Amino acid sequence: MSDHTGMVEKRGVGLWLTHLGLIIGVLFIFFPIWLAFVASTVTQPEIVRPPMPLLPGDQFFENYGRALTSGINAPVALMLFNSLVMAMGIALGKIAISLLSAFAIVYFRFPLRKTFFWLIFLTLMLPVEVRIVPTYEVIANFGMLNSYQGLILPLVASATATFLFRQFFMTVPDELAEAARVDGAKPMRFFVDILLPMSRTNIAALFVILFIYGWNQYLWPLLITTDPEMNTIVMGIKQMFPSGDDTADWPVIMATSILAMVPPVLVVVGMQRLFVRGLVESEK
Amino acid sequence: MATVTLRNVKKSFGKTDVIHGVDIDIADGEFIVIVGPSGCGKSTLLRMVAGLETITSGEVQIDGKVVNTIEPMERDIAMVFQNYALYPHMSVFDNMAYGLKIAKVPKSEIADRVATAAKLLQLEPYLQRKPRELSGGQRQRVAMGRAIVRKPAVFLFDEPLSNLDAKLRVQMRLEIKALQRELGVTALYVTHDQVEAMTLADRMVVMNGGVADQIGKPLDVYADPQTAFVAGFIGSPPTNFLDGGLVPGLSNGVTLGIRPEHIQMGDPGRLSAHVAYTEALGAETLIHCRLTDGSQLTARQDASVPIPAEGQSIGITWEDGHAMTFDANGRRL
Ligand SMILES: Nc1ncnc2c1ncn2[C@@H]1O[C@H](COP(=O)(O)OP(=O)(O)OP(=O)(O)O)[C@@H](O)[C@H]1O
Ligand SMILES: [Mg+2]
Repeated sequence: MSDHTGMVEKRGVGLWLTHLGLIIGVLFIFFPIWLAFVASTVTQPEIVRPPMPLLPGDQFFENYGRALTSGINAPVALMLFNSLVMAMGIALGKIAISLLSAFAIVYFRFPLRKTFFWLIFLTLMLPVEVRIVPTYEVIANFGMLNSYQGLILPLVASATATFLFRQFFMTVPDELAEAARVDGAKPMRFFVDILLPMSRTNIAALFVILFIYGWNQYLWPLLITTDPEMNTIVMGIKQMFPSGDDTADWPVIMATSILAMVPPVLVVVGMQRLFVRGLVESEK
Repeated sequence: MATVTLRNVKKSFGKTDVIHGVDIDIADGEFIVIVGPSGCGKSTLLRMVAGLETITSGEVQIDGKVVNTIEPMERDIAMVFQNYALYPHMSVFDNMAYGLKIAKVPKSEIADRVATAAKLLQLEPYLQRKPRELSGGQRQRVAMGRAIVRKPAVFLFDEPLSNLDAKLRVQMRLEIKALQRELGVTALYVTHDQVEAMTLADRMVVMNGGVADQIGKPLDVYADPQTAFVAGFIGSPPTNFLDGGLVPGLSNGVTLGIRPEHIQMGDPGRLSAHVAYTEALGAETLIHCRLTDGSQLTARQDASVPIPAEGQSIGITWEDGHAMTFDANGRRL
């Protein structure tokens, strides 16, 4: 009996310690974000004068309003919209294309099927940064600089997602496809009516990951958007830094940073349930 | 409702020949059971009739029409799969209705047909559930319902009961038989379970290594097997096989087959043996004997007959009419 309570006590202390550790860790990681938030609610002179403010000021609406409507080079609202278009385009495009290519690879026998699969797989080794110069050349020749197509298209092909869906499709019993065939479903009908709904949770999980991937693109938009109107928010923050002797408008820059964080957080929180389910289980 | 005819149907996967030429004539409304050991090609044969597997050579006809190159849907068949293959994200209703929706059957008729099938299969309370919320037996019924609503000319079953427990299997077996009678639909049913084959079949096809060894009414097949394989496969415990050299009046190279229930014990017999062990099963008793040359033999007797003691020496005999002789290739002589 005493043994038992001793164990509970020990576990209790351990629990407190782990929680304490976790809380310290969270605070540590959260601190810079807090500083950014504080900086986005005070005035410029307050920021540059030491000591650094640690509590929010009263300029919240003023700073955020200024950022959203005028920004520095372009209104942040516009940059947010650009980022949204790009992230959605990349996430949905990648999902659509990889679903279709995985469907082709798993369910159809065509010549060089294996070769195509390995070709797709090979592109995993060629991230955007590696092929960025030739890609730029291609996009420039197509006249897609400073356009949404230019932002989205080069990033849409996805080996990872194709691979993921392939793995999932291979776990779907063959008999399901055969039952559909006996029911008279043509291949695309089977894809839409049966495979897609069954991949729901996988799609949701992938959407979250790919949305954040698209949202956080930095190098590519930096390269192909010269027009401030086409800036995305993540690269736009960098563009807000002054060149030469100008002083930086820190409150607006910080407000922009905070705003840049909001949509990914919303997507994660909003899709958390589906996301977690998609990662841990597949409905069969 | 339709006839089904297989003409010298063969199948190879690459270089391996799996079906070596099967001929079957199935009458309208007949219940045919294909039975055989694992890997003998039962499923492959059924899937060729379904159109899920290409036919390497030969001909499959449904209602007199060659269907070799026709898609499953146009063959007017319905199939029940071993693991049911229900669409996991669809309700029971949608599972049954899916084929009809694709065939663009009007909504009201779909509702009617599904309701009728659900009533027949006692599935009415479950129509809105997902397959994972059903028991094995209920899933099995949904799979049957999906086949029924299509009003096909031929039902194809591939071991539909093998995922159920023994008791449910017996119950579903009866239901399937009753249903098929009631609907009068031609049925092809694959199983490796000889009890299912014996009880369900109007005629059964005993497959052995890609060949149909014998086709006939269950009792005829049981009473009059054409090959040693059929004699050994149908019947439990299996037929006893004795080397012809042992038996007076038979030559070497010939095999004698006698069913356990046809073996009589008592002195003096045609052969002498001793009782190795006995199994009393209640209604009957199995007596396992060992002959002087070491070969095994099983006799079945009624529980009312006294059970011989283990180790006892006894004589074994049989009536001539019950002895089956097979040549070296296992063909009946
Ligand atoms: N796609 C395939 N490729 C190559 N060989 C195959 C293929 N499908 C089946 N076979 C072979 O064909 C033979 C018959 O298979 P089949 O599935 O028809 O057996 P079965 O009689 O249904 O057995 P079971 O009772 O175990 O289901 C087996 O030896 C199997 O290995
Ligand atoms: Mg099989």
